[in-house]
Amino acid sequence: MKRMAVVLSAAIFSFAMIAAMLELPTPVVNLSDVVAAQMAASGVHHPVTAVLLNFRGYDTLLEIAVLLLALFGVLAVAISGTKETVAAPSPADAVVQTLARIAAPLMVLAAVYLLWIGAHRAGGAFQAGAVLAAGAVLLHLAGLLPGWGPPGIRLRVGLVGGFLVFLAVAGAMLAQGALLQYPPWQAGYLILLIEACLGMSLGLILAGLFLFLS
Amino acid sequence: MSAGLIFACTGVLLFTMGVAGVVLIDHLVRRILAFNLMGSGVFLVLVGLAQRTDHLDPVPQAMVLTGIVVALAATALALALARRLFALTGKCTLPEVDDD
Amino acid sequence: MTTGLAIDLLLAASLLWSAWRALATPDILRAVIFFIVFGLLLTLAWARLSAPDIALAEAAIGAGLTGAFLLDAIGILRGGRKP
Repeated sequence: MKRMAVVLSAAIFSFAMIAAMLELPTPVVNLSDVVAAQMAASGVHHPVTAVLLNFRGYDTLLEIAVLLLALFGVLAVAISGTKETVAAPSPADAVVQTLARIAAPLMVLAAVYLLWIGAHRAGGAFQAGAVLAAGAVLLHLAGLLPGWGPPGIRLRVGLVGGFLVFLAVAGAMLAQGALLQYPPWQAGYLILLIEACLGMSLGLILAGLFLFLS
Repeated sequence: MSAGLIFACTGVLLFTMGVAGVVLIDHLVRRILAFNLMGSGVFLVLVGLAQRTDHLDPVPQAMVLTGIVVALAATALALALARRLFALTGKCTLPEVDDD
Repeated sequence: MTTGLAIDLLLAASLLWSAWRALATPDILRAVIFFIVFGLLLTLAWARLSAPDIALAEAAIGAGLTGAFLLDAIGILRGGRKP
């Protein structure tokens, strides 16, 4: 009975939404032109990176705070036992370990490249952080990186460093004028600084979401 | 029918499938799968509707980029809670409530 | 029907099919694998929508990291290791 009601209302909702979407008028505001007009003052050459870190930088600041909150939640829930020791590799694992050993430096290189190219083409801090985290997860699954216990001081600095740097830049800009409004001649360097710290921190946070539970 | 509209309609269907899954399914990990489908559906609607004209709108793309990372964090937290529940009770469904 | 339209329709159909199979399969491992397939098809959809940043992020995060988290969780649920 409940199933029928839910399925029926879901079907009605989807039909109504699709009918509404097929009749949308052409948009009045053309945001791509507005963004393109301001690209010279944004400090980068790629519109998505400019929107993410300059025009809508406040959203990115709040996003990294939300990620930190999720990490705190995972840390609170994870059962803290003894630290896992790395098991001796069995012959089948030797192939996986060799592959992981070859792949991990390449993944770090790819992450740095994605971070750097974000100013000119598709890329940026999020993709770089995700590739770094994937490299850490790969090393853990191959048996080369033990699971993380309660974080020490260096890991803590790495985890919150990106957020604190972003917050410090926002505070410095607030002291000079509006929130997160970079002066155009400094915008490129500030964005690079924020992206580098953010990418590093994001990689550690995403890897921590996996490794604190193992 | 442009590519944007096709994917926006697909996004609506994915969203409703996800909502029906979250409401009807009992197993917690499957509910998390359905929740991720909801999120992906919403992202498709956002970018699909922005793409139905010829301009390349960067603002919804930045929002969806943010959304994907936050959805991953939410999934990780939800899975950690589900694992904790499994460790405490041995089952992977929420405890039954006696109503009706 | 142009090639682009055919590819879009095929991609949309496979997205919906893999999402349905991810929700309806009784075995949880198969459901997670269908979900990873859904993530990879979604990467292609982002590429068709001219959103390369989102495609990169979806491939790394949506298919890669979410798949790893889910497989780890169901490994615990099947009694593989102590949680």
